[in-house]
Amino acid sequence: MHREELAALAAEHQRHLDTFAHHIFVCAGLGCPGNEAIVAALRSEIAERQLQDRVLLRKAGCMGLCALGPIVLIQPGEIAYHTVSPDDAAEIVASLDREPVARLRLAPDLPFFARQHKNVLALSGRIDPEEIRDYIAAGGYAALCTALATMRPVDIVRCIQESGLRGRGGAGYPTGLKWATVAKAPGDKKYVICNGDEGDPGAFMDRSILESTPHAVLEGMIIAAYAVGASQGYIYVRAEYPLAIKRLRLAIREAERRNLLGHAICGLGFDFTLQLRLGAGAFVCGEETALIESIEGRRGIPRPRPPYPAEKGLWSSPTLINNVETYANIPRIVERGPAWFSALGTERSKGTKVFALTGKIRHAGLVEVPMGMNLREIIFDIGGGIPDGHAFKAVQTGGPSGGCIPAEFLDTPVSYESLNELGSIMGSGGMIVIDETSSMIDVVRYFMEFCMEESCGKCVPCRVGTAQVHRLLTRFLEHRATAADLAMLEDLCDLMKHASLCGLGQSAPNPVLSTLRYFRQEYLDRIVPAEPATEEQA
Amino acid sequence: MSAPILTLTIDGRQVSGLASETVLQVAKENGIAIPTLCFLEGLSATGACRLCMVEIEGSPRLHPACVTPIQEGMTVTTDSKRLFGYRRAIVQLLFSERNHVCAVCVANGHCELQELARAFGIDHIAFPCRHPALEVDASHSRFVLDHNRCVLCTRCVRVCGEIEGAHTWDVKNRGIRIQIVADLDTPWGAAATCTGCGKCVHVCPTGALAEKGKSMAEMRQKRPFLPYLVANRAEERK
Repeated sequence: MHREELAALAAEHQRHLDTFAHHIFVCAGLGCPGNEAIVAALRSEIAERQLQDRVLLRKAGCMGLCALGPIVLIQPGEIAYHTVSPDDAAEIVASLDREPVARLRLAPDLPFFARQHKNVLALSGRIDPEEIRDYIAAGGYAALCTALATMRPVDIVRCIQESGLRGRGGAGYPTGLKWATVAKAPGDKKYVICNGDEGDPGAFMDRSILESTPHAVLEGMIIAAYAVGASQGYIYVRAEYPLAIKRLRLAIREAERRNLLGHAICGLGFDFTLQLRLGAGAFVCGEETALIESIEGRRGIPRPRPPYPAEKGLWSSPTLINNVETYANIPRIVERGPAWFSALGTERSKGTKVFALTGKIRHAGLVEVPMGMNLREIIFDIGGGIPDGHAFKAVQTGGPSGGCIPAEFLDTPVSYESLNELGSIMGSGGMIVIDETSSMIDVVRYFMEFCMEESCGKCVPCRVGTAQVHRLLTRFLEHRATAADLAMLEDLCDLMKHASLCGLGQSAPNPVLSTLRYFRQEYLDRIVPAEPATEEQA
Repeated sequence: MSAPILTLTIDGRQVSGLASETVLQVAKENGIAIPTLCFLEGLSATGACRLCMVEIEGSPRLHPACVTPIQEGMTVTTDSKRLFGYRRAIVQLLFSERNHVCAVCVANGHCELQELARAFGIDHIAFPCRHPALEVDASHSRFVLDHNRCVLCTRCVRVCGEIEGAHTWDVKNRGIRIQIVADLDTPWGAAATCTGCGKCVHVCPTGALAEKGKSMAEMRQKRPFLPYLVANRAEERK
């Protein structure tokens, strides 16, 4: 499809959409069960009133406010209804040309929506993810066609470098630098991989992006492939995301059908094919070298780095591997230029970041904010604070690899550097809010149990270390720990952090280390005086 | 075309090596011993046991010598108080993981884990032992696999796949529950791919794999076959 054809298709579909007076979008993410029934109820209600030519009902991606879901959005007018049930369908349809249903309506100026800055999630909940024409009418694939027709690969790499975009998967490696390395790596065959093996407990950013705007991820990948000179790509998604997989399959097929994937993309001399690979439920496969092993058909265990994938990755060829959210950022950066992107965020952390707010928080859900917003604004203004009158205790960022940040640092602006300084990490964007009713040791033991279960077992510090640390934390939890246990805990954490093979083992002690730093008293309170040798030491 | 020759400093000594060599190789050529367990010359290196970790000046991280290629001008420290502490802890973690009872072991006196314990002055285990209840697979007519003594170095997996070409052995499960399995987790005696060559038995660093009929301290691993086969293969590839 040439640029002109794309523009014509966008205009034609927009004209079609404009014939409807009202657009109803129903949140149809995996996290909103029951949306099928709502859609069915709305559809029969529309049919009954013979409004099919005036009202267009569409299933859309996640609208973010999961705590009050399912959400139904009416356009024009930006009228959002919360906790909709099929019984509300009649009232909603009846109100279309009149006043909105007050009892269901979310306040139009709700900080949850008003304070966000949507970039990656801009189209989430506003298009049908299963309809490529919706994405194209909203400006989708224009960046790809423009890039292929008017930019050289090196121009795209420079554009990404200048934007300051950093990897959204956790480590925050500069994306442009990674692209430049792969582009320069010698080799006839290169690969592009999208890491969609999102596994942190409480994190669902990537799932939501894949479910809401799968084409944005594809577009980002195709641009990346052109920039680094790759002809083949893989999207690795965990099998626990059936809806994301279904929509990705459909998106790949649709893109192929319209010559946005495959041979001579956009009628130009660039070929790129894309395949889907499903993860079999191992957290460690989110680690890039383990993911590559898994795609190659072997046991998903990490390889030593170097060599890095950029140099020697999939089937020993130079491989670009980025996270879902990173790719989803690409089309807009290419379309609007690096300066637009780098104007957002902090000195060294540019752009916006999607966070999954969970735990003891009123407005649990998915939010996108500019880098540099402080934790207090995210948790209390956007997230609505802690429910049931309890006090905030800590926020856990970065999943099992991250740390717990106490209340005194709530005014810290969120960036890769600031979270690192606090002993945590940005990670992929999970934020679990903990209130005063929870024991930090309980929280930490949960994460250690997760790492113990998910360790691949290859290297000794991680395989045996996680099990020993988990046992020690259990002793603390049961008020059976001694001062020697605390010393052993600190030594083991130090060993795992410095001697483990991959990021899983190296970062597994982070929750323990950060709570030893900020909540040490909770550990000390559980220490009992050393008892004479018991059967356990024997 | 040969690899360029690089110079570097290991433990204060100026040494040189080929760019294709690892820190471990160059150290060994120069008589500098770095403790290893999963590494065995002739098999691919995996960097799994983490005993050969060394410090490299200018890098905040530790690097496993067996998989770290040398670089021009690099300064390596193979022994320090910190490294000694980590290595000692790793050996103790291995002892705590399964049931290592030297006094009744076929490999007593010929065991690399035992050697490491002696080298690091380990006379007791700081960590509580896990004492898992693990099976002994004696289904093979000539060999026996005792999971209680396995340190999961995967030498058997590699020698079987890389040298014998049978790939009978692999690893099942995750984390602390991983185990060596024959074929698709069948008893060794029933494994259709096993050629009975015994290479795995002779590369095992402990008494986990042993010949049947051997009693306490009687299992001596014979390894000369490995460098011989590796050299032959290299010759064939030329």
